[in-house]
Amino acid sequence: MSALLWLIPIAISLGLLGLLAFFWSMKSGQFDDPEGDASRFLYSEDKPIFNENDR
Amino acid sequence: MDKIDSTTTLADGCPSGLQDIPIQTLDPMGGHMDITPYVTHISDNKYSINLIIQGAHCAGCVAKIERGVSDISGVTQARMNLSTLRLNVAWTGGKHLANDILSALRALGFGAAPYELDTAQAQSQSEIKFLLRAIAVAGFAVMNVMLLSIAVWSGGTEMSLKTQSMFHWISALIALPTVAYSGQPFFRSAWSALKNRHTNMDVPISLAVILACSLSLYETIMGNPHTYFDAAVMLLFLLLIGRYLDARLRLRTGEAARRLAALQVTSATVILPSGDIKTVPETAIRPGDRLMIPAGQRLPVDCTILSGTSDIDMHIATGETEPQLFGPGDALYSGTTNLTHPLTVEAVALASHSFLSEITKLIEAGEQSKSRFVKIADRAARIYVPFVHSIAALTFLGWLLWGADFRTATLSAIAVLIITCPCALGLAVPAVHIVAAGRLFKHGILIRSGDAFERLAKTKTVIFDKTGTLTLGRFTLQNEDKLTPQQLKYAAALAIHSNHPVARALHSFHEDCEVNHVSEHAGGGLCGKIGQTVVKFGSAKFVNSPSSFEGTSQSWLKIGDAAPIVFQFEDCPRDSAPDTIAQLKAQGLTIELLSGDQQKIARKTAQDLGIDQWHGEVTPQKKMDLLKTRRSDGHYPLMVGDGINDAPAMTAAYSSASPATAADVARSAADIILQGDKLSGLPIAIRIARHAHRRVAENLTLAIVYNMIAIPLAIFGFVNPLVAALAMSGSSLLVTLNALRMTRS
Repeated sequence: MSALLWLIPIAISLGLLGLLAFFWSMKSGQFDDPEGDASRFLYSEDKPIFNENDR
Repeated sequence: MDKIDSTTTLADGCPSGLQDIPIQTLDPMGGHMDITPYVTHISDNKYSINLIIQGAHCAGCVAKIERGVSDISGVTQARMNLSTLRLNVAWTGGKHLANDILSALRALGFGAAPYELDTAQAQSQSEIKFLLRAIAVAGFAVMNVMLLSIAVWSGGTEMSLKTQSMFHWISALIALPTVAYSGQPFFRSAWSALKNRHTNMDVPISLAVILACSLSLYETIMGNPHTYFDAAVMLLFLLLIGRYLDARLRLRTGEAARRLAALQVTSATVILPSGDIKTVPETAIRPGDRLMIPAGQRLPVDCTILSGTSDIDMHIATGETEPQLFGPGDALYSGTTNLTHPLTVEAVALASHSFLSEITKLIEAGEQSKSRFVKIADRAARIYVPFVHSIAALTFLGWLLWGADFRTATLSAIAVLIITCPCALGLAVPAVHIVAAGRLFKHGILIRSGDAFERLAKTKTVIFDKTGTLTLGRFTLQNEDKLTPQQLKYAAALAIHSNHPVARALHSFHEDCEVNHVSEHAGGGLCGKIGQTVVKFGSAKFVNSPSSFEGTSQSWLKIGDAAPIVFQFEDCPRDSAPDTIAQLKAQGLTIELLSGDQQKIARKTAQDLGIDQWHGEVTPQKKMDLLKTRRSDGHYPLMVGDGINDAPAMTAAYSSASPATAADVARSAADIILQGDKLSGLPIAIRIARHAHRRVAENLTLAIVYNMIAIPLAIFGFVNPLVAALAMSGSSLLVTLNALRMTRS
């Protein structure tokens, strides 16, 4: 039974971690424009990772 | 107005459901608006502005807009929000760049208008964020408390009392802060209801949660086996989801309605005391400002004429299609259109205006009668709450009389309160409404609030305003076949120089034809020279001809000394009107027509469209009285209108609708707004509302049947925490699934 003494705190802190992650994602505006974000990545203009001429 | 009707040039097949909104130019009558007053100054030479974008609905649009705006030199950031259709642009340089951004957007094919966040909106946005956080906290608590509870339930006798007690203490440590945080929306609403001496659904919810928690805390301290922490947090979690859905529906439709309003901002030319002129948005006009109103412009505010005489198109105010002549000293209301001659006017405050202040008073009176409407959930609460609370009290007394101890009696009474907690009402009604609103949205119909469905579903009589609602609010030529091409050409050549509604009807017939010395006579007509011949086009009096035709508007063309020729015009019904009326009739509704226009015109429109009951020359007060009569007769009237004169009637009606092009007052009085200017949304809205109403009724029945089984179990003490928690989530799941059935049918 002594395993519970550290398993329960771990379980709860994992849950808390998830909750904090959700709060952070809300604060950073990830829920402000779900439609736009869903479609924007289709058109993002990726710059090449390295420039061909530099080689 | 014709620009709005003709520019339905948007891409097909975009998923947002908004593509049928035509792009509107900021000022339909022309003139470039200076939007610099809307620019926010950030620091030094950094500025930003929020714009509403019209016509954007997919990834391609977003990319096109963001790239296009970023390409303007000086722009540092352009970020488009596709959910709210707002574009935020930041730049360095001068304020004036805002106007370049606007024209760049127009060149890309998108409509744009400046947009200011108001406090009400910021408030509802922060409310919804709080609800989301509350759901997250409650969700976290539900998962962890359940984890511990399941161990206690399944552990049975194997678990030592000490371990059980430890589990209860941990549950208490999680549940109590959660209830204090996530329960706030319910506690606040229940408290304010009790303070006003009535009850709502939040009263039993708050009571059940608080009692369950305090009892569980007591049991935990005493080391007893039964706690209800899991049921309390689960209850909050499920109810918060319902609350969130409801708030999101209101926010979404509120945003869309504000977007419409932002797009109808027009510009005005102010004459400064120095004599210089300046173009400003209409919101920047203050009472006492002197304004220049060119022919063809809509009046931005209520004002009195200082100098000039002109025909004014009053249909948005009074419902009359024929323009009227106004001169110095006369008062004009915002929304009407100056047609023929430039005017200098002085802006007046809203309250000082007799007509509008009268309308405002009428609207306030109407709104009071509307607030008497009680939401179905609250109506149920009025019966439900006393019933449930007396049963709980009786259970408590019954057990005491039976000889049970105080603790058993309390436990059973609280079990009754928990099991009867109106989860079904709290979750299932908003769930039905949001599904229904989503379907309406796809058809381009905005619904203001969830309870509008309840009112719309009861409609028995639909009452239409005529001008601008059933009809387009503009004239079309009726007797084209009786005119020679030359007559038409001459009339059109003169008409192109005027914004009078009759003249505008001829604009489409314009061919290349040179006219000299064109002059426009307010209240009369147009006069000009084609070659050597004097050509006149205007009223019967203007060309000295007797007027003789009934039911239509007419103008006369006089070429040289020849006898005048009549041109007949009519305000035509919208294309969608006959179909809509037929469909509404098929739904078993009675249709009536109300018009501020002349009796004979109202009669003709009614007959053309197959409407049996019509009333002409109705004042705003009479319209409202009629609606009140219909309402007290139990017809549950739905008023469809677009003008300022319709607004009091719309607030007096049981439910109301207006097209997106309606006057601000009318639109804000409407429960549903028909976008894309199509009346055909009306039968759809009624059908969906009726459907939603049936689902709500089913859900309520389900909840009642459910309680009838559960209450006896609770009264006789068979409900342990496990049964309570399962019963609660089971019933919520059932009603939610029933609500979602709507999407398939």
